[in-house]
Amino acid sequence: MWENYAAVLPANGWNWIAVWRRNYLAWKKAALVSILGNLADPMIYLFGLGTGLGFMVGRVEGMSYIAFLATGMVAASAMTASTFEIIYAAFARMRDQRSWEAILYTKMTLGDIVLGEVVWAATKALLAGTAIAVVAAILGYAVWSSILHIVPVIALTGIAFASLAMVVAALAPSYDYFIFYQTLILTPMLFLSGAVYPVTQLPGNVQQMATFLPLAHSIDLIRPAMFGRPAADVIFHLGILFIFGVLPFFVSTALLRRRLMS
Amino acid sequence: MTAIAISLIDVTKTYLDRTVVDRFSFAVKKGECFGLLGPNGAGKSTIARMAVGMTPPDAGKITVLGAPVPAQARLARASIGVVPQFDDLDQAFTVRENLLVFGRYFNMSTRQIEAVIPSLLEFARLESKADARVAGLSGGMKRRLMLARALINDPQLLILDEPTTGLDPHARHLIWERLRSLLARGKTILLTTHFMEEAERLCDRLCVLEEGQKIAEGRPQGLIDEQIGCQVIEINGGNPQELRALIKTCAQRIEVSGETLFCYSSAPEQVRVQLRERTDLRLLQRPPNLEDVFLRLTGREMKD
Repeated sequence: MWENYAAVLPANGWNWIAVWRRNYLAWKKAALVSILGNLADPMIYLFGLGTGLGFMVGRVEGMSYIAFLATGMVAASAMTASTFEIIYAAFARMRDQRSWEAILYTKMTLGDIVLGEVVWAATKALLAGTAIAVVAAILGYAVWSSILHIVPVIALTGIAFASLAMVVAALAPSYDYFIFYQTLILTPMLFLSGAVYPVTQLPGNVQQMATFLPLAHSIDLIRPAMFGRPAADVIFHLGILFIFGVLPFFVSTALLRRRLMS
Repeated sequence: MTAIAISLIDVTKTYLDRTVVDRFSFAVKKGECFGLLGPNGAGKSTIARMAVGMTPPDAGKITVLGAPVPAQARLARASIGVVPQFDDLDQAFTVRENLLVFGRYFNMSTRQIEAVIPSLLEFARLESKADARVAGLSGGMKRRLMLARALINDPQLLILDEPTTGLDPHARHLIWERLRSLLARGKTILLTTHFMEEAERLCDRLCVLEEGQKIAEGRPQGLIDEQIGCQVIEINGGNPQELRALIKTCAQRIEVSGETLFCYSSAPEQVRVQLRERTDLRLLQRPPNLEDVFLRLTGREMKD
């Protein structure tokens, strides 16, 4: 049993790049549309909510509301970009197009494929999150130099949510099941993690829940950085994101082995 | 180096409570074309999947190109090309890009892949389609591209799961011709099929399967001679029971399948004499084939 599981783990540290490059080649063909699509949604939220609510809310944690919201949107858009890449695009490649099966007949292992897809999803998260941070910096809502600091955090956020989504994709019989993940897990996480308002607005026991949510840790790192303030507990937050990236990766690989290779 | 490319010993595979492959053994020699012949659901695809390590067996031992499978399947797969039954080409890409992307899964560099692409395109007769999208190719072209793709790593062994199912006769003949050219180059082929004609034309040796079990093994002509060894008259129309009584004295054996009566006889002209009054019948006399072997061994036709 363990021997069979070991055989599907990533074969080495570089095989996944072939899978990543396949996705990059496909993406390149429609890159402009993809970037605009990824950016449009968070931007509309940012300006819609930021300006509209901003008038009523005033200042939050010493910043204008739109600047506060922008920091949340960076993390949230990384979460969405990464998740959607896995539950729609990678799921289609795995199930409908049988691409993974074709790859499994080569030198790649299942773990190589999963890793390539996860890193690719994180790449898209990186693009989406960084784009918003850049727009925020251009508009003066964020400190330019902070972008260098938040890039690794956005990437790690992307890895964590791609890994989690991979578990969901491994278990889902069809696309219909993804709506549960979106509405019951991701949307509440957006509110509980302080993306749109500070978690201190929530009752104490609800605030406690944020400790278990990867998005909260991502925001705790990104927000102070973008405001040009020192972040607290950096290692702790990075550690939690790292665990969310690694554990679900191994779980999803085991689940996918059962699904595809039994 | 051993002369055996694939060996399965007492391999069993069970899904829930259904045994799909039941203590199955066979060995494919290097350089030969070995066929797994059987109706849909006989376990052919499961055996093909087990041989590349895609599915672990519940019991038994599998060795492919010297490597134990599934434990070392990745090692074996470096020298295997697989053509699966269903189209899994990358629809997002052109013909050339499909080959490029696939070569990388074998750790080939872009330069190495680009060096072999022209000969693969020529092999697949797709030179003029190099930059065409895969979605616009005909069924035969797609299958030839899948075959070319399986050759990108210059494999010693090819595993083909129903390579011509769903193709028109012209496309099928072209695939057969391409496969023969690969055998001439010394490649080993394991082929699953439910086409008798395909098995007879291509396979040096084959196994006939039914419900996960081997029911016969040998050279196609050898099996036919051994199991049938006489002419066949297919009789259509009329009441099979009544006809059976009429011709049984001049037939070695009679099988009824559907509306057709199969009469196996070394004296076919006598059968014709017996039936000369029956103008309502359609008679077809032909040499025996693997279909007859299957019918003889299982009591039913293999046709789906």
